[in-house]
Amino acid sequence: MTNLFGILTLSAFVHGPIETIPQVVVVLAGLGTAGLLLYYKKVGWLYKNWLTSLDHKKIAVMYFILSFVMLLRGGVDAAMMRVQQATSLPGSPGYLTPDHYGQIFTAHGVIMIFFVAMPFMFAILNYIVPLQIGARDVAYPFLNSVSFWLTVAGAMLVNISLVIGDFAATGWLAYPPLSELQYSPGVGVDYSIWALQIAGVGTLIAGINFLVTIIKMRAPGMTLMRMPIFIWTSLGSMMLVIFAFPILTVTLALLALDRTLGMHFFTTDLGGNVMMYVNLIWAWGHPEVYILILPAFGIFSEIVPVFSQKRLFGYTSMVVATMSIVVLSFLVWVHHFFTMGAGADVNAFFGIMTMVIAIPTGAKVFNWLFTMFRGRILFTTPMLWFIGFLSTFIIGGMSGVLMSIPGADFELHNSLFLVAHFHNMIIGGVLFGFFAGFTYWFPKVFGFTLNERIGKWAFWSWIVGFLLAFMPLYILGFMGATRRLDVIDPSWQPLFIVAAVGVCVIFLALFFQVLQLIVSIRQRRQHVAGGDPWNGRTLEWSTPSPVPFYNFAVIPTVDGRDAWWQMKQGNPPERRYEDIEIPKNSFLGCVIAACAFALGFGIVWHMWWLAAMGAVAIVMCLVARSFNEHTEYTLTAAEVAKLESSYGK
Amino acid sequence: MENNLAIKDKNMFGFWVYLMSDCVLFAGLFATYAVLYTSTYGNASIQTIVDLPFVLTETIILLTSSFTVGLAVLAAERGKKTLTLAALTLTLALGLAFLGMELSEFARLAAAGSGPSQSAFLSIFFTLLGTHGLHVFLGSVWMLVLMAHVFYKGLSEGSTRKLLLMSLFWHFLDIIWIFIFTFVYMFGAL
Repeated sequence: MTNLFGILTLSAFVHGPIETIPQVVVVLAGLGTAGLLLYYKKVGWLYKNWLTSLDHKKIAVMYFILSFVMLLRGGVDAAMMRVQQATSLPGSPGYLTPDHYGQIFTAHGVIMIFFVAMPFMFAILNYIVPLQIGARDVAYPFLNSVSFWLTVAGAMLVNISLVIGDFAATGWLAYPPLSELQYSPGVGVDYSIWALQIAGVGTLIAGINFLVTIIKMRAPGMTLMRMPIFIWTSLGSMMLVIFAFPILTVTLALLALDRTLGMHFFTTDLGGNVMMYVNLIWAWGHPEVYILILPAFGIFSEIVPVFSQKRLFGYTSMVVATMSIVVLSFLVWVHHFFTMGAGADVNAFFGIMTMVIAIPTGAKVFNWLFTMFRGRILFTTPMLWFIGFLSTFIIGGMSGVLMSIPGADFELHNSLFLVAHFHNMIIGGVLFGFFAGFTYWFPKVFGFTLNERIGKWAFWSWIVGFLLAFMPLYILGFMGATRRLDVIDPSWQPLFIVAAVGVCVIFLALFFQVLQLIVSIRQRRQHVAGGDPWNGRTLEWSTPSPVPFYNFAVIPTVDGRDAWWQMKQGNPPERRYEDIEIPKNSFLGCVIAACAFALGFGIVWHMWWLAAMGAVAIVMCLVARSFNEHTEYTLTAAEVAKLESSYGK
Repeated sequence: MENNLAIKDKNMFGFWVYLMSDCVLFAGLFATYAVLYTSTYGNASIQTIVDLPFVLTETIILLTSSFTVGLAVLAAERGKKTLTLAALTLTLALGLAFLGMELSEFARLAAAGSGPSQSAFLSIFFTLLGTHGLHVFLGSVWMLVLMAHVFYKGLSEGSTRKLLLMSLFWHFLDIIWIFIFTFVYMFGAL
């Protein structure tokens, strides 16, 4: 007779003194949120307006909130690592136990990639893609809600590991054999696997959804070569999602089979092959970094022309560069492990491909620079983020090309030089891009612009903090510091202290960003945006801000590349309203995600009854949905006319 | 009507994209098979497992089910409800027969001490075939749901469209099986 609670015992709730703090914080945050909702009687409002909404714009805002909450958690993890490394020397090993330190750097990586960068990207895609192509929603609004809630379920599995049990201490990609049961007997790796598995399915569904949206739902007249570059890069990114995420699913499933059913894919005995895992995970992992960076490139390609008050330089070459990156990103994965011993020929091929992929990226940099050249540049916050991106991203790109030489990589592999390189790309590239997009599109979402002055403080704190935190790591890498050390050599300590100071400055920047939000919300009446606050060029600026739930009262007809810019030059077309089909709310997205959470939690703790119930319930939800034929309602032309007149049109 | 066509087109395209992503999933498994199939570690190898007449029977059953699901779609397009349901029942029976044979092979191997946890080769053998089998099982559940749709609500444009998507899925699983038949069993028998 197996236990009802599987391998879950009360000891899973008992943690060391430092681990108890986040445990209590998570519980209090959960109870506090629930308490506030009940006290202000907002549960019904939350349910009706947000949790069950299929509106891509509301899902976008929820994606952003998830991303921001997880950014704070991942940021605290980063600060804890920096404090540990700045204070730990042989003989006085810092304040964290090695195992806890391992869990922190693992959680930091997992959270920042999967639950900060990915949701932030999908927040922006969700809001902007349908608006820029002149569509009323994404192709599958219900699946959009499922995608979002599955991502939430994954994030909650990561968070609940703070309360019940522990998290993986293996590094974010959970390389075997360390991640096998033999060396990681706890539930941490299982939490990591199932959090990523659930969120990964959500991402795959979202990838298909946006690809179909872009291919099939563009406004009349918007041919492929008239799409804004952000749409092109989103398309490229979603193509990568569709081809890369199934590989992640396979890889994690095989690891889970090893751990849960005693199979031997990546074990050290009975024929398991560790390097197969490393190959598979990077066949997903390298496209993943382009999944993140391509939309950031797209955001900059929107921002630079608007604030240079010129059309984008080299549109066609931007498209070609984007699609080249999509293809090439599948041909470079071995550069993550040149030291595997694949031989000189294989390493040379992947080294050269890695250098080749820098070419389209470089082409984009020159296009942005030529767009700025002789433009009337407005140095708004989004533009500052762009210039900050350009300066730091080039450093990161150079260090990447340097490491693409296998011989150099043998020296730098697994060192802090590498850590500095990819943070250079992810913070200086992806995060700055998303912050730029956030500032640029914020007025479209909420109807008022963000405070420019505090935004600039935030930008300058970010870039100074970033340089302080990561430039020392380049030097430390050359000095021989490897990654993931919990105790350091005394000669490295000064530079580690500089990096820790850098993190403090980054936290100051985060404080300014929160302050910017608070101040901007308080001053919202002084900064009403109107439909088109930046004198924009693309279709999203043709709608009122905030955008009505049906997006476009009349689907626009597109005549050229900068569609809204051209419309502004010509006469406004005659507006004839027609009936609009709007998807009804559905709570099934939430329910499916809750069942997926139960499924994951059940497998982690070997509560097979819970896992089985979760799986069956998901199928039942989908069957129930298939029998529901009334998933849309009609907004009549008269109602549209009435709503539109209230926007002063 | 034009709106309806747009939706039809959109769903069909989206489903093809999903099938392509599922194809990548199987590609990952086939790649792992290619790497691990010699890692038998003294236990059963593909040469000792393969039983060609048995596998051929499985293959014929599955290919026949692809034919019958095609008949179901044709019948649905002509509005023949009984014929559609009959063809679907036949497809479902063939699908379940296939699953039964696959499970019996698994049980036979496990009883002979060659379960999935005995070597890397057996792990990927069971996982590759099991993943395909799981797909067939889910396809069968989907088929049952669609049969309920047709039975209670009759044939409509909507249900025919869903049948068409389901049949695509079923054909796709057939193609994956052909790859398994060729690369796992036929190459194994050589």
